[in-house]
Amino acid sequence: MADRRRISVTINGDTYEREVETRLLLSDFIRHECELTGTHVGCEHGVCGACTILLDGITARSCLMLAVQADGHELLTIEGIAPNEDELHPLQQAFMDNHGLQCGYCTPGMLTTLLEFLRDNPDPTEQEVRIAISGNLCRCTGYQGIVDAALDAAGRLRAEAGA
Amino acid sequence: MKPPPFTYHDPRTIPDVLDLLAEKDNARLLSGGQSLMPMLNMRYVLPDDVIDLNLVDGLSGIEAANGSLRIAGMTRQRDIEFSDAVSACCPIMTEAILQVGHRQTRNRGTLGGSLAHLDPSAELPAVAMALDATIHVESKRGRRDIAMADFPAGYMTPSIELDEMVTAATFPLWDDGHGYAFIEFARRHGDFAIVSAAALLTVDGAGRVDRVSVTVSGVGPSPVRCTEAEDMIMGQTPELELFREAAETARAYDAMEDVHAPSSYRQHLAAVLSRRALEKAQTRLGGSNG
Repeated sequence: MADRRRISVTINGDTYEREVETRLLLSDFIRHECELTGTHVGCEHGVCGACTILLDGITARSCLMLAVQADGHELLTIEGIAPNEDELHPLQQAFMDNHGLQCGYCTPGMLTTLLEFLRDNPDPTEQEVRIAISGNLCRCTGYQGIVDAALDAAGRLRAEAGA
Repeated sequence: MKPPPFTYHDPRTIPDVLDLLAEKDNARLLSGGQSLMPMLNMRYVLPDDVIDLNLVDGLSGIEAANGSLRIAGMTRQRDIEFSDAVSACCPIMTEAILQVGHRQTRNRGTLGGSLAHLDPSAELPAVAMALDATIHVESKRGRRDIAMADFPAGYMTPSIELDEMVTAATFPLWDDGHGYAFIEFARRHGDFAIVSAAALLTVDGAGRVDRVSVTVSGVGPSPVRCTEAEDMIMGQTPELELFREAAETARAYDAMEDVHAPSSYRQHLAAVLSRRALEKAQTRLGGSNG
């Protein structure tokens, strides 16, 4: 007999109520139950960082949480970062402009990780950016484009905050 | 890469956790999940019951008083990282925790989880060993305190019973102005360390070492205090040649061998990193610790 529970999770402002098996990973809940497939699943053991989401405003690897543990909490995923359908978030725009992505697999995790990092460190050094993304694997870019994008985004976000 | 089926419990009080632990004979405690969840996903562990500690009251908090630092088991590594109290009175803890995994894992990972998991290269058990911490455990049968020196029973196995849980750890503090360093060698920032070393040092009025602690981890199955090195340094004037000779004793320790490094390389790192930790600790002597 599968152990099941009814949970309610708010993702990007929308509330999702589902009955799930207690062993269901949060990453699979987001992708399969809520059909928000922007969150990517790479290694499923907490090494690649692709499934990083924000849980109540701080990052977590969604493959290392059970969906039932998110009951009553607020999540932000890649789908919730842009201000609207037509506009990109300055961090997303900076990735586009600096070749911060190629295949795009690691990108959702990079963006969620950097969203938290730039909020806490608005004016980082290159070395600090490299440490911040050390838990996110990219096999295309060699990271240089991602680091450039993060530093560019930091400048854009500072300008925006100052304006 | 999905967890096996289990029955999930989310108790709200410590007595409820202890009841479940006493009752279930194949249960696992889920704290931050940064080690247990991968082990479940890879099916290295197959528990019948998972007891989630995340909703339990009274299992987190940091308290510095009477010369010691007490940190409750479910305190997130993030909260230790950003604690001004910790960096002021126990800077080696802050230095070590910044090398624990990544921001995303420290946001969830806990002190008690790391101690109970007892990975041979984990930073927090090494700090506990370096500071002669006391681990507090509790079961329905009562509470007991275990000296960190007696806590590891073997590879990834703490000397606690199946019905016991780690509730907190107490770290005795060093005098103001002590030297300290925690350094590690990993292939990538935040990866599991291949070897790490911790050193703490104080000197008397004549400039001679009157207290010293040297620890290496990632060498044997659990962190090791380098007592030969400590004995050589004690009472001496700290200087590089002394540190070099003392640190060389760590080269003789039995070392693990795996895909990341042969035992000879771990022994080499144990000697080099413990020397560097001592040197760095010496440069910080007399500082304001923080």
